[in-house]
Amino acid sequence: MSGRCTVVIVDDHRLFRSGVRAELGDAVDVVGDAGSVAEALEVIREQRPDVVLLDVHMPDGGGVEVISRAVAERLGTRFLALSVSDAAEDVIAVIRGGARGYVTKSISGGELAEAITRVAGGDAVFSPRLAGFVLDAFAEAPDARDERPAEDPELDQLTPREREVLRHIARGYMYKEVAQQLGISVKTVEAHVSAVLRKLQLSSRHELSRWAVQRRLVSLD
Amino acid sequence: MGVRPRAAMIGVMPATGVSHVSRLPGVAPRSSGSEPPLRRYIDRGVLGGVCAGLAEHLGVDVRLVRLLATVLVLLGGLGIAVYAIAVAVIPVDPDSAAAGRRPGARRDAVLIVIALAIASIAGRASGLRVADSIVWPLVLGACGLALVWRPLVGPVEQPGFGRRLSPRRLLRRARQVDGPRLAIGALLVSFAAAGVLHAAGVLENLGKAIGAVAIVATIVSLLFVPWLVRLARSLSTERSARIREQERAELAAHLHDSVLQTLALIQQRSDDPREVAGLARRQERELRHWLLGRPGRSGEETVAGALERAAAEVEELHRVPIEVVTVGDGPLEPELEAVVQAAREAMTNAAKFADAARVDLYAEVEPDRVEVFVRDRGVGFDPRAIPADRRGVRDSIIARMERHHGRAEVHSSPGAGTEVALVMGRGGPS
Repeated sequence: MSGRCTVVIVDDHRLFRSGVRAELGDAVDVVGDAGSVAEALEVIREQRPDVVLLDVHMPDGGGVEVISRAVAERLGTRFLALSVSDAAEDVIAVIRGGARGYVTKSISGGELAEAITRVAGGDAVFSPRLAGFVLDAFAEAPDARDERPAEDPELDQLTPREREVLRHIARGYMYKEVAQQLGISVKTVEAHVSAVLRKLQLSSRHELSRWAVQRRLVSLD
Repeated sequence: MGVRPRAAMIGVMPATGVSHVSRLPGVAPRSSGSEPPLRRYIDRGVLGGVCAGLAEHLGVDVRLVRLLATVLVLLGGLGIAVYAIAVAVIPVDPDSAAAGRRPGARRDAVLIVIALAIASIAGRASGLRVADSIVWPLVLGACGLALVWRPLVGPVEQPGFGRRLSPRRLLRRARQVDGPRLAIGALLVSFAAAGVLHAAGVLENLGKAIGAVAIVATIVSLLFVPWLVRLARSLSTERSARIREQERAELAAHLHDSVLQTLALIQQRSDDPREVAGLARRQERELRHWLLGRPGRSGEETVAGALERAAAEVEELHRVPIEVVTVGDGPLEPELEAVVQAAREAMTNAAKFADAARVDLYAEVEPDRVEVFVRDRGVGFDPRAIPADRRGVRDSIIARMERHHGRAEVHSSPGAGTEVALVMGRGGPS
């Protein structure tokens, strides 16, 4: 990747798109925006941006639809979800669809630019809220009644270290601060977060698949 | 930015066990069975499309159903009664009705009826008969009932808003029945009744009068069954329409009281960005609560709910956004109220003194303990040198937590922000 990373903003509210554009300023190179799923795919095909900033809720299937179609077309772009929605299953759904992170719309311009750069570099971006959702979903045994034994312990559980990193992110620490607190390098923090993202996307853990089924992302087999 | 309309989503918002989301009442998505409903297909059928409908409904070959029906007819005519009732009660498939009957269907039907008649006479001649005195009145009665019921059992009308199903309208509907049909039907039923009465008289001398009255009553009530069925169905349709209307009215009222009021306020205060941001933020919080179905001020209070409310209050007082993230939840036991109050104090301090753009609150509610972290990236201070006039930290946070067998730690340094960590055991003092 050379120079500033290229970004496409997808949101069905024009006002919000121009707001984000203004907030991002010169930190990244906004090469296009779109207000619908079809428009988004057109712009992504044309521009091949490094990162697509994606609204979770849009008509015609929302962010998940954009990701799944872009992935099917192998457009080779990365996605960062951006939303005011706080329903856990919405957020988990878009992550499981393939987004590499989730931030809330209350994020500041500087933080957003940093998050975009991080995603462009292949890392994962967790907002405090997403970290909270993940901790909830991977809670030890939240419901003993229907908790089946972990089918794949490697994927279905978080390591104590990952849990610790997530808890710090949920507390509002940035990666650099988490690293300081835990006495590890920022690279290690990034590695932990990426590992959590992978588990989030691949785990068949009960809570996650239930959320996904409720969003009709996967069919029951 | 901030609030966006999500009304379209309400219907599909699922319930999860994790305390974040619960379905709004009464708007569950409709589920449908996999097999087609029982309908008559007059375009495919021979007589009334009953066999075709049954075959479709049960997923079996139509020829098998027809064979069984034929056998039933030949067995002393019982099948005729069953068929007549089926024609009366089972509604015609709308698509099939539009398609109309096959050309030549009428001729085929006549031929089949003649063939069946010959066959049953032949059957009777060869001794294949079931108690005549019961079956024939039954067949006669069934045909009569079918004639009477037929026009009454149709698709249920969708009552429009405010269009109540009054007795007068029911009566009007009843009057739509044409006279000759009703008369022939009633005549047939009366014949049937007479037949049954006759049979009963032969069989039973003692309870004759009682039996007669009972049978007449039964027959009369049978005649009224469709009206009753119709009435019940209409009423339930009307009730669900009324519930939908109520929900819509509630939604409108809520939006009016909250969102529209806030928008009006924002227009008035458009010269004060801080005020506008505060108003928008508060509205966003309220709307989100409402959409996600978290228990509000009423009902049992939970730890997460209490913390969020405290955060909202502090935010409103001091106009600094507070991001609340909670993991797990539980009822707000009395000793946990101290944690909420200490957290509230910590948030107030952060909002008042830290000069931070945002305050983060993170709470983890576990079965054996509750942990709360309040963090800001503001100016920070030296905890060893808390000014004498700022007793809040010492009294309201640290001392309060210790009084309730909890623990509070304040991490801060000038320029690096502050974090207050609160820990309290659950289920008795730790």
